Amino acid sequence: MLKAEIFVYLKKSISDPPGIAVLNSLKSLGFENVEKVRMGKYIVVYLNENDIEKAKEEVKLMCEKLLCNPVMEEYKFNISEE
Amino acid sequence: MKFGVVVFPGSNCDSDCYHVIKDVINEHVEYIWHDYNEKLDFDCIILPGGFSYGDYLRAGAIARFSKVMPRIEEFAQNGGLVIGICNGFQILTESHLLPGALIRNKNLKFICSDQYVKVVNNKTPFTNLYKENEVINLPIAHGEGNYVVDEATLQEMIENEQIVLQYCDKNGNVNEDTNPNGSILNIAGICNKEKNVFGLMPHPERSSEKLLGCEDGKRVFLSIINYLRSR
Repeated sequence: MLKAEIFVYLKKSISDPPGIAVLNSLKSLGFENVEKVRMGKYIVVYLNENDIEKAKEEVKLMCEKLLCNPVMEEYKFNISEE
Repeated sequence: MKFGVVVFPGSNCDSDCYHVIKDVINEHVEYIWHDYNEKLDFDCIILPGGFSYGDYLRAGAIARFSKVMPRIEEFAQNGGLVIGICNGFQILTESHLLPGALIRNKNLKFICSDQYVKVVNNKTPFTNLYKENEVINLPIAHGEGNYVVDEATLQEMIENEQIVLQYCDKNGNVNEDTNPNGSILNIAGICNKEKNVFGLMPHPERSSEKLLGCEDGKRVFLSIINYLRSR
């Protein structure tokens, strides 16, 4: 069994209203050195697969097809044994 | 004329659209189930508002892979009229039948209000009964209506007159103050290059009867009939 931890986040050029809200909240809590906050998604996919290279290919396809919208988002992922 | 209203798990404006077509403009209408997988024999397909598949992952992202969607893509590629309202608009961008994407409203609020909208392109099958630059009143109700698109595509859209509706005030002013959700260029509705696929965040089906306070949305559906009859 392999575990893919996938991070999906907005492209730098896309404004991030939830990130701005959290930034303002952190500042109001006194964390004045916070410069910027970006929010994203953390998705875990468990694969019935032992071949890491094969899993990487598959997860890449999952990201490009469904998990990430390339118009506004980017992604990265780590694969490890569960 | 034969209209089809697609029903996804989580659609909640399907009955409203069905009602407007059947009872207000008196045309034939059928529901289309999300796993319908046969050739679509219709004159116009409506993707209604709602929260298809709970809007999990992203608004419209899962609906885009419903069994009916390749049929809708085929229908659109053959010149069929497709209109996506609110969540339907989000599904159309996710399926790349329309450019761009819709992200969280700039002010983070779910907005539910009346909104003035300017018809900047009345030369489409969906807006031909409005005057050019006419200001109309349509209800909006969405949390993710902030339209984004890359600069190059936006330029292409402007050149091809794909921007159909813009948020404005009652005098038609289009600026930051009259933008409810942060959309680029106050975009409220767009069409594809071929003009047969239209997506908009406002709800014309909720403003098609005097009983509801406003009939400005009705002409979207009458424009479709007008276009289909004059073809």
